[in-house]
Amino acid sequence: MEIFELFTKANAQWVLFGSILLGFASGVIGSFVLLKKQSLISDAMAHATLPGVCLVYMIFQVKSIPLFLIGATITGLLATYSIQFIVKHSRIKTDAAIGITLSVFFALGIVLLTFISKNLSGNQSGLDDFIFGQAAALVSSDLQMIAVGSLVIIILSTLFFKEFKISIFDPLYAKGLGLPVTFFNAVLLALVVGVVVIGIQMVGVVLIAALLITPPLAARYWTEQLGLMAMLSGIFGAISGLIGTFISTLGEGLPTGPVIVLCASVIFLLSLIFGSKKGLVKKVVATV
Amino acid sequence: MSYGAWILLTGCLVGITCGITGAILVLRKMAMLADAISHTVLLGIVGAFFVTQSLNGLPMLIGAAVVGLLTALFVQLLDSSGVQSDAAIGVVFTSLFALGVVLISFVGDSVHLDVQHALMGEIAFIPWETFELNGMNMGPKAVWLLGAVLFINVALIMLFYKEIKLTTFDPQYAALIGIPIMFIHYLLMGMVSLSTVASFDAVGAILVVAMLIVPGATAYLLTDRFIVMLLLSGFIGVLSAVLGYFSAVLFNVSIAGAMACATGVLFFFALFLSPKYGFLTKKLRNKMLKT
Repeated sequence: MEIFELFTKANAQWVLFGSILLGFASGVIGSFVLLKKQSLISDAMAHATLPGVCLVYMIFQVKSIPLFLIGATITGLLATYSIQFIVKHSRIKTDAAIGITLSVFFALGIVLLTFISKNLSGNQSGLDDFIFGQAAALVSSDLQMIAVGSLVIIILSTLFFKEFKISIFDPLYAKGLGLPVTFFNAVLLALVVGVVVIGIQMVGVVLIAALLITPPLAARYWTEQLGLMAMLSGIFGAISGLIGTFISTLGEGLPTGPVIVLCASVIFLLSLIFGSKKGLVKKVVATV
Repeated sequence: MSYGAWILLTGCLVGITCGITGAILVLRKMAMLADAISHTVLLGIVGAFFVTQSLNGLPMLIGAAVVGLLTALFVQLLDSSGVQSDAAIGVVFTSLFALGVVLISFVGDSVHLDVQHALMGEIAFIPWETFELNGMNMGPKAVWLLGAVLFINVALIMLFYKEIKLTTFDPQYAALIGIPIMFIHYLLMGMVSLSTVASFDAVGAILVVAMLIVPGATAYLLTDRFIVMLLLSGFIGVLSAVLGYFSAVLFNVSIAGAMACATGVLFFFALFLSPKYGFLTKKLRNKMLKT
């Protein structure tokens, strides 16, 4: 009966709709992130959105999703810039720079979170959900924002697909063609931030990066063409989003993010074994 | 000892244990692998709980060490099968961490293990979780666990000092003279897992990354000598713990979070003001050279 109810309630339909679109958008954007070798930078960016959300709450003392998203965007971008700054102006290598930024920003988020819950009178319910995501706690307007945001990201990445592709694979050639490579890099960064920021409500800051990393990696085992890969990755992301949200809303107290990520991991495992291009079975058959 | 002193001691032990081990990781460019292991150790702890149905020190240590080494192994396998290393790390740790978090939600409320705990630890409870030997109160378990791990780590580093140093700075030469590079690699991964699980109760799975990487990176900005860097990193870890503890008490916030933030503040100062490698000091030096 519960399953039936889930599909008929208006809110539940938005949950499923939102999670499918979010999964698809992150899968597509993740393909570009993977090719740019920025998977872990996106993880740091995601962790760094937490202090942004908390700061906004402390300043305005209201629970407003649009404001939260603005705060998240600012600290997310600040983290990306910090990584670049550390790598450029010191002897610290990229991996340590990512680790430092990720953990310190997240620590700041935790500190602010505890400050809010202990010292501010307003109830902080909802802020905790940003850590692991809680689809069941979302209201229709949040979900509509997730759905529309994802849709915009999907459309933009389809429109600029060719430009992204050339500026990633051959930036020199792209410049020769007169493409504004810096501009397209900035657009891509904006789209990555966009996916992370709209995704944190559903998947949480700790694991949203997995939605950018795992589906494209799984898609790599089936195809080597970027277009197909992005498409497939989007589909994998959408399936993970759908199944994950579904299971999480059924089980009591199951956080949505980890369940979605586990679904993506299962798809990755299956691709790793059975993938038609580089899967293990294929490799074993080829060597026999 | 008073309640606050135990917490402070625990924090300092976390700082020095993670600081010394983490410095080596920073030099070997394995910071993100440490990040991955510190996340997945959660799965080891939950796994150990499901097998033994209790939160005992030893099974937890073993579970964490096993999962930590498995993480390193999976990353290595994916890496060698052609997946770029950052994505390999990403997919392995998010999967195992997600599994750990989902499993935690199946643990009953009666047990002291939940998501909150995994995220930021519960250092405030540590002074109460004591154990007794022959009827004598021996103090908090976590302090003993951290002390033991610190001892093991220091002993291992002293025992393999030359090997660790050589494989870190000149892996090709090390391989040439027959040092088992893979053994040293997994030895370090084992040390990271142990440090993480010993620190887990105090600072949780994610903040321990800050305690591991940031003091090491800060020390790296301040010195060029290996042994000095290890000691300095341990010292910075302790200093962060002390600073963090007192600011946490002052502002009434998470102690573990404040300790991790303190590492960030110290790093920030080193980044700009380090005598040799600081951003501002370098600028200033260039300016003086020009005039």
